[in-house]
Amino acid sequence: MPRKLPALTADNHSFWQGGRNGELLIHRCEACKRYFHPPSPICPTCTSFEVAPQRVSGKGVIASFTINHQPWTPELAAPFVIAIVELQEQKDLRFVTNIEDTPPEQVHIGMKVRVRFQQEDDVWLPLFVKD
Amino acid sequence: MHDRQYEKDVAITGIGQSEVGRPSTLSGMRLTLDACLEAINDAGLRKEDIDGIACWPGDNNNGDSFSPVGPLALKNALGLEVNWFGGGYEGPGPLTGLINGAMAIASGMCRHVLVFRTITESSTRQHNKQASALSNKTLGRDSSFAWQWYTPFNVLSAANLMAIYAQRHFHDYGTTSEQLAQIALTCRRNAQRNPKAIYRSPMSMDDYMQSRMISTPLRMFDCDVHCDASTAIILSRRDVAKDCRNPPIRIEAIGAALNQPWSWDQISLTEGAAFDVGRMMWSRTDLKPKDVGSAQLYDGFSILTMIWLEALGLCPKGESGRFVEGGQRIALDGELPINTNGGQLSGGRTHGLGYVHEACLQLWNKAEGRQIADHQVAVTAAGGGPLGGSLLLVRD
Repeated sequence: MPRKLPALTADNHSFWQGGRNGELLIHRCEACKRYFHPPSPICPTCTSFEVAPQRVSGKGVIASFTINHQPWTPELAAPFVIAIVELQEQKDLRFVTNIEDTPPEQVHIGMKVRVRFQQEDDVWLPLFVKD
Repeated sequence: MHDRQYEKDVAITGIGQSEVGRPSTLSGMRLTLDACLEAINDAGLRKEDIDGIACWPGDNNNGDSFSPVGPLALKNALGLEVNWFGGGYEGPGPLTGLINGAMAIASGMCRHVLVFRTITESSTRQHNKQASALSNKTLGRDSSFAWQWYTPFNVLSAANLMAIYAQRHFHDYGTTSEQLAQIALTCRRNAQRNPKAIYRSPMSMDDYMQSRMISTPLRMFDCDVHCDASTAIILSRRDVAKDCRNPPIRIEAIGAALNQPWSWDQISLTEGAAFDVGRMMWSRTDLKPKDVGSAQLYDGFSILTMIWLEALGLCPKGESGRFVEGGQRIALDGELPINTNGGQLSGGRTHGLGYVHEACLQLWNKAEGRQIADHQVAVTAAGGGPLGGSLLLVRD
């Protein structure tokens, strides 16, 4: 199904295109060493500009999820799973994604997952599968 | 505590609401005018008395059905001469117009501010079911600072995000679908006593459990019902409010805080903005949650009402499921009646100001067939995720 893709910018392209090289890239502050998301030119914790995308493991757990059943558009193939995955690198380092290749009824909070990229045009979507 | 609580200088003096249609044949502007003129008249004022206009979210997307009329269009239509006006989405949720309007009065810029909120999602959906899809907020690639992080993953409705919060609430606190159902069932029972409500036929637990699953664990009856309507509230400076027609309803305290990122996935999944809002509101008053006689709590999705109950200290954190169980406690004759007009789930998605309109009707003992026991303190709150604002209202 066609997905709405993000407009790429100097700040966000690392996240959306890291998958080209098989890398999940998350911004990290050199000063306070904290990862943060979404990417930004400045660290929201210590306001340092010494930030850069850094490769992370791509492993995490499901913080919460939902099985979408509603066909919001005619092309949407429901049901599918939308989840918030928390990466293992840092507490609360998380983002919205889809869980693929797992029967929806088996998805649960705390489930271990790993990233798998799906290319759509010039974007490599970081989706997740059961680890 | 804060040094100065500006909201205490401000009172609600009049309310108005258009027909609530599904759909309405009236234009968004006509609905707005019906609501605004009724509110001005209700306060015992003339349009010349209005010197400020506030609206959330204003005409933030070129007249789309989420908010087709903003302060600029209304100013022209009514020929208002004002000292201050403002609209826009970027504020503490659907009560932002009231919060901004109160600040305009407290700062000395205005005496009487007209606050309104118009929505025409029902008539628009007659010909475009996808009009409200998040993917349609931007043309082409998603450049929204917020939505771009969700729409690529086919998050096309806020329902998905609220469902994720609900799932976590179920997981952390053992909340059940039967408990969540009490929000929908309570709203439906109340709506049966509100002639303007959209859904007025009886609903049973079976009806709820059998309703279509939208996004687990949220069912169709956990989602509010689109409508065409406008609601207006008149805010007045307290010293001039006493000359108005109605007994002034004071704004005792406002909650508008956000101490987390403005984000639907970086914010606390069980607290949203609501707990920040609740803490701020109670820090600005000597009143306590036990003083509240009625609560009009945002029910764009039923789980949000549960979160507001906890966030405002009306029940302990994590206990909202057990608090609403059986429904008696939150019924019209219960210890804490909520969403007495049927809320947005059954009354219609007036989106924010409808709660304040209803709170005032109840405080003024004008709620007719659904009037609850006389009380002086009401709380209203609106928003979900990073959106959140609350008002503690007192009729002296």
